[in-house]
Amino acid sequence: MEIYLPVAELSVNILLLLGLGGGVGFLSGLFGVGGGFLMTPLLIFIGIPPAVAVGTEANQIVASSVSGVMAHWRRGNVDFKMGSVLMVGGAIGSFVGVSLFTYLRGLGQIDLAIKLSYVVFLGIIGALMLVESARVMMMRPRQGPMKKHQHYWIHGLPFKMRFRKSRLYISVIPPVVIGFVVGVLAAIMGVGGGFIMVPAMIYLLRMPTAVVVGTSLFQIIFVTANVTFLQAVQNQTVDVVLALILLAGGVIGAQLGARASTQIRGEQLRGLLALMVLSVCLRLTYELVATPAELYVIGRVVTH
Amino acid sequence: MSAAVRTLAALLAAALLLMSPRDAAAQELVVDLSDPLVAITTGFVGTRLVLFGSAESRGDVVVVVRGPLQDAVVRRKERVAGIWVNRTEVAFRNIPSFYTVAANRPVAEFLPKDVADIHEIGLANLEVLPEDPDKYSAEQLHEFREALIRNKQREGLYKRDVGNVIFLSPRLFRTAIVFPANTPVGTYGIEVYLIRNADIAAHHTTLLNVRKFGIEASLYDFAHQHAALYGLLAILIAMMAGWLASVAFRQR
Repeated sequence: MEIYLPVAELSVNILLLLGLGGGVGFLSGLFGVGGGFLMTPLLIFIGIPPAVAVGTEANQIVASSVSGVMAHWRRGNVDFKMGSVLMVGGAIGSFVGVSLFTYLRGLGQIDLAIKLSYVVFLGIIGALMLVESARVMMMRPRQGPMKKHQHYWIHGLPFKMRFRKSRLYISVIPPVVIGFVVGVLAAIMGVGGGFIMVPAMIYLLRMPTAVVVGTSLFQIIFVTANVTFLQAVQNQTVDVVLALILLAGGVIGAQLGARASTQIRGEQLRGLLALMVLSVCLRLTYELVATPAELYVIGRVVTH
Repeated sequence: MSAAVRTLAALLAAALLLMSPRDAAAQELVVDLSDPLVAITTGFVGTRLVLFGSAESRGDVVVVVRGPLQDAVVRRKERVAGIWVNRTEVAFRNIPSFYTVAANRPVAEFLPKDVADIHEIGLANLEVLPEDPDKYSAEQLHEFREALIRNKQREGLYKRDVGNVIFLSPRLFRTAIVFPANTPVGTYGIEVYLIRNADIAAHHTTLLNVRKFGIEASLYDFAHQHAALYGLLAILIAMMAGWLASVAFRQR
């Protein structure tokens, strides 16, 4: 059953899209990951133009983050103050990111930039996850717990602010910088950036783990909303129909995944996810390295 | 109305025209389409139109279909540090977005090269002009021109082979025009040439509209003409959907 996507301007099988949404949603429910970093490359593999995949995926993440943040909000696990500071950086970052996106698109290099960013990030994440799950499977526990209130260079920075919920008194510079980096990534890769933000919040900002996920989801809503808006205005690469279909599949998949996660032991599956991430990374690398059948491509087309 | 019925109706109309005794000069070539419009809707996977025509006198018939003009950039990939990167680019202006030719026998058998050249009949004679030709060598331009045509052929928008024009009687002819799923929208020009004695004896132009219809068209126009509002609505819809999902699955 083909459906014509009005902004992508091509027909795609609707069942395939629902399946993709459901599958990636299931994984994100199972592992508590955003899924954007899997969905965007998969959309590219099925023939959606990379620029449209990125813009549309940002739009979909707005929805999944809203539904994700509600549960954390109800439990009081969102540090709104920290979220707002992150958001300031995120707003600037996503603006810079979309401008860079538009510039690279004009040069005809945006597809390459998207794929290269994915190769780098998927490679790093996949490798880290694989090592981590291997370590857990071999029953070798990690080094002792982190010292909570150890002072290091971040505490020497100016513009300190108190974050009651996170029980922190730190400079606003690190969260703004983290927000900025995540904003740029969201704009160029169509991801929420949780995979960068969550570790950064835990290891750099030393935020309590309980508020990390809720706060990161809270800020992701606004950053991806900003990316959606800017992509729609500057590049017209947000396909609402595509986003809604992915969403429909994703919502159901995420619920099934969340339920399955309470019954399945994680390490082997986490290793499996790592292998999946790595194989997507390899496939993208292959696309970049293998000699293409056609060396010439038609770039941007303007119809009169 | 099914395609078969439409086809039959067009055939009858053409036959009637052929029989009606009007003044010969104006009626040298009469052409009609099985549908005056190609509508791109939700389930569009391409379509096929039938063109009917009648010629007042015997001759060969060539049908050329041209899509709306467009500017396109062709880029050549080169290997940089192991990765294939778009490097050299040539911008072409005013090339047809769609181009097919059909004839009742191989064009070269009845149409001299110079005539085909002037009227751009056949891919080899299609005028593909770069934006600034002085920047490139003749060899480069030839390569990029061929690459453009090759890419268009792969997309199914330039037909590799010359289609068939079938004569149903010495005067009445028919051909099919196939539009793929990715057919560009706009106004198409369909040129029908009647060739006699190695020259054009009659020429007829029909315009064909290819348009998006229904919600797809509205969404596309909305996304391009009111981009900011579209962006805001996209966000709003996503937020609503996310909220609904969290409410629907709350009891878990």
